[in-house]
Amino acid sequence: MLVSPGDAILTDLVLENLSVGTLSNVSLAVPGGQVVCLSGPSGSGKSRLLRAVADLEPHDGGVSLAGTGQQTLAAHQWRRRVVMVPADSQWWFDEVGGHFPADAGARLPSALGFPPEVMGWSVSRLSSGERQRLALWRALVLQPEALLLDEPTANLDNDSTEAIETWLIDEIRRRQIAVLWVAHDPAQIHRVADAHYRIEGTTLERVHGSD
Amino acid sequence: MEVIDLAWWKLGLAALLVLALAATGYLARLGITRNLLIAALRTVIQLALIGLVLEALFASAAFYWIVLMALIMLLVAGREVVARQGRRLRGWWAFSIGTGAMFVSSFTVTILALTVVIGPEPWYAPQYAIPLLGMMLGNTMTGVSLALDRLNESVWRQRAVIENRLMLGQTWQQALEDIRREAMRSGMMPSINAMAAAGIVSLPGMMTGQILAGSPPAVAVKYQILVMLIITVGTGFGAMMAVTWGGRRLFDDRERLRLDRLIKP
Repeated sequence: MLVSPGDAILTDLVLENLSVGTLSNVSLAVPGGQVVCLSGPSGSGKSRLLRAVADLEPHDGGVSLAGTGQQTLAAHQWRRRVVMVPADSQWWFDEVGGHFPADAGARLPSALGFPPEVMGWSVSRLSSGERQRLALWRALVLQPEALLLDEPTANLDNDSTEAIETWLIDEIRRRQIAVLWVAHDPAQIHRVADAHYRIEGTTLERVHGSD
Repeated sequence: MEVIDLAWWKLGLAALLVLALAATGYLARLGITRNLLIAALRTVIQLALIGLVLEALFASAAFYWIVLMALIMLLVAGREVVARQGRRLRGWWAFSIGTGAMFVSSFTVTILALTVVIGPEPWYAPQYAIPLLGMMLGNTMTGVSLALDRLNESVWRQRAVIENRLMLGQTWQQALEDIRREAMRSGMMPSINAMAAAGIVSLPGMMTGQILAGSPPAVAVKYQILVMLIITVGTGFGAMMAVTWGGRRLFDDRERLRLDRLIKP
């Protein structure tokens, strides 16, 4: 998909006065192709915020993608465009391939570090890190316009974390995906974030200077 | 062939055997005595009472008494469906969904069997209508409660899977697909097993009763086949409706999984 710079504004993911749980009146915009990192102490509501953006949690305020309001689409159509990847991905078929479209094995990016036969593997023999990498690919094959990533590299070692980051950023820029990325590690935030917000109590504060 | 009536004192002989079992259980400290005696007493009292009710009902054969009887049976079955679910929907939903599903399926199938297949005169003749409805409700109740129990329990256990499927843009029906299939299977399994074993492993109760009452086995067999078929149909449609309505209620209009609508009593 080719997007000229002038169109970029149309792919924005916009949160307006979003309130969920203890968080209130969160407003921010994520332009297509950019990464906005969210950090904050555990239990501060980062995951719940992502769930509200995916409309999995009742919330107040508005969310829109490229000018289309969340509530104007059927919920599953919204989630088809704004895909969330949870911190612990779930697998419900015995084989990896059941969770992917038929041609996903052939298109498997080499950065993930799997042979194409991975589609025939049984899910039970995957490590948590392998599941996490496959969960990212499972979300990306849906061609989402926005991605909500909840600590996408939490189960990966340092080497594969950086490899996955590089691959993800490359895909995000190329496909102009708007990304909300929950992260803990300041070094990772520094590497991937175009903007960084931290949860302070009930509000979201923009963090300047780190990039 | 005349039916041999049983004198009450002869039933006393059977009761003595139960007492013997209870005494043995007590001496061997098996811990079943109390439950056994209470259950035996209940069965005697309940069946004696229903005998009186049926005698009166058969004597009057008025349509509105039969309707009243059918409604009471339905409501008791509805209560039982609620009680048999480990986790159930909050408020009146559990009762309404179970009772509604049983009402639609058992009443429709029973009326169909009475009017089209058996054809007594009048079609609601209590000698046919009440036992038939009783068997339908009893089995549908089992099917509906097993299916709903399985549905709610599986959704509770697999909430992370369901939500992950929703996150990938699946509709609530797709996200619930496997669980619906399991719930239907567990609701239908008793009827399917009963049909598969009928006549070989077990002689079904109704057929046994008819033969004891003097019907030729060929007639008894035809009635038994009819009853097993319509029981399966009633159970199947009842479980299907219950699973569909119950599943729908577990999601809201934004296709979010709403586990807050389930309670564990």
